[in-house]
Amino acid sequence: MMLRGLWKLTWIEIKVFMREPLGAFGTIGFPVLVFLVVGRAAGRNVAAPSLAASGFLRVGLPVLASLLIAVSSVLSLVTIISIYREGGILKRLRATPLRPQTILSAQVIVKLMLTAATLGLMVLAGKRYYPISVHVPLFGFTIALLISTLSILSVGFLIASIVPTARFAQPIGAAILYPMIAVSGLFTPVNSMPPVLQAVARVLPMTYAVSLMEGIWKGDAWWPHMGDVAALAVVFVICTALSAKVFRWE
Amino acid sequence: MNSLRTSVPVIQVSGIRKTYGRTVAVDEVSFEVNDGEIFGLIGPNGAGKTTTMECIEGIRKPDRGSISVLGLDPFRQVYKLQERIGVQLQQAQLQKRIKVWEAVDLWASLYRKKSIDGERLLEQLGLVDKRDAWFMNLSGGQKQRLFIALALINDPEVVFLDELTTGLDPQARRAIWELVRGIRERGKTVFLTTHLMEEAERLCDRVAIIEHGRIIDIDTPQRLVDRHCPERIVALATADPAAEERFGAIPQVESVVRSDLQFTIRGRGEDFVTEVIHCLSENRIRVTDFRMIVPNLEDVFLKLTGHSIRD
Repeated sequence: MMLRGLWKLTWIEIKVFMREPLGAFGTIGFPVLVFLVVGRAAGRNVAAPSLAASGFLRVGLPVLASLLIAVSSVLSLVTIISIYREGGILKRLRATPLRPQTILSAQVIVKLMLTAATLGLMVLAGKRYYPISVHVPLFGFTIALLISTLSILSVGFLIASIVPTARFAQPIGAAILYPMIAVSGLFTPVNSMPPVLQAVARVLPMTYAVSLMEGIWKGDAWWPHMGDVAALAVVFVICTALSAKVFRWE
Repeated sequence: MNSLRTSVPVIQVSGIRKTYGRTVAVDEVSFEVNDGEIFGLIGPNGAGKTTTMECIEGIRKPDRGSISVLGLDPFRQVYKLQERIGVQLQQAQLQKRIKVWEAVDLWASLYRKKSIDGERLLEQLGLVDKRDAWFMNLSGGQKQRLFIALALINDPEVVFLDELTTGLDPQARRAIWELVRGIRERGKTVFLTTHLMEEAERLCDRVAIIEHGRIIDIDTPQRLVDRHCPERIVALATADPAAEERFGAIPQVESVVRSDLQFTIRGRGEDFVTEVIHCLSENRIRVTDFRMIVPNLEDVFLKLTGHSIRD
């Protein structure tokens, strides 16, 4: 019964999202574009690919693009939640037998599907336009990306719970999430960062997301990365619990 | 309005109080709503109408007091209750780009019991040719009609309508009133709030007047007027120099105010108007204008609170 409501709401949210003029491009197109443009530029500059450049092309850039996919999904979630709150849509949905968690789950499912779809698009575009061919365990990587996204989504929920108005949702979300990528260990290994940044990096979900995704992308087995998964799960549990406490429906 | 009816009221509110920080939104509010009536909670903006309604709907929890709707506790049994009531919230929106039929279809899927035919409902509410339109492209009246459709989709026993016609033009407003009467005719109980006295007067079987979070009086609009504004006013125009004195001599008359040729005669009692007419014909007073001003809920409100509802 509630599953029917969840499915309907999810499906409608997907349709509504696709009708948005910039929604689909902004969320799906941007990470794929970054991936291709940077990839081609890097590929062209290194005529005889150095080891570093090739490492970046093989692992760094795809993982960065994947992280961007996750972040744009999360930003889109933060924005939608605050718009729905401001417009009284959340309140209206709540005045039906829908459970609060169903209403919010539908949004999360939409964003996870979006993430998976964007990743698929990136892989397809990569096969055709990416300068070098990369072989990865795609199924495992999709799972790694979804786990990471779910964990970052919970941070997004926490942001959505506190931002005062819809106008600030996107910029505040961006100001919190993008710097997380900078200290995630993607550009500089966490161990070679100053101690303060290391401490920051260790409490942020991005760091574990990067470690997990890089590992799976390179073909690691899952078990050495169970620590990353556990850390992401802890972030998810903490943020979800906190948002449940402070979430405002109107 | 059968006074012999012994059934339990559909809604029972007793002594509820709700505060937001230091502001007391609702205090000591008690009333009952009977089966099959249109009950209106009327008062100015900020009087506590919406808070009261949302407590009854189970969206808010009162700090004190008790509420029973269809025998259920709205807060503890909110999901059970929501199956059986229909709700239209003040200033609610839907997703901008949701289509009319999608909204109806979604809402229909949310209830356990079989919902009524959505397409027929759209037809009855005059939304059929808008079924593929996006919510954001609907007019104010169409949006409200859609919200009525959503409130009726589960064939509810009680329908809650919060400031249903605010912001609508008079024509759309009248159309909505007709729809609300139609809801009552289907045997449903309607609980509505409004700050439009005309709306309350035309639509409600009984009204409760609320101000500063407290109920001032509850009754049928007619009885409220009779109780609080028993005086009647006749306004007429005459050039007869003896008129003022003659009017003053009528026993039921309380005051005669004259401004040039215009007279405003106040009085009370059943026979007042008859007596004025009698006086006119007996003294062959020629009038060029004759109007009766009947007090309405607006006047009742003014009398009870000392200010107009629009202030």
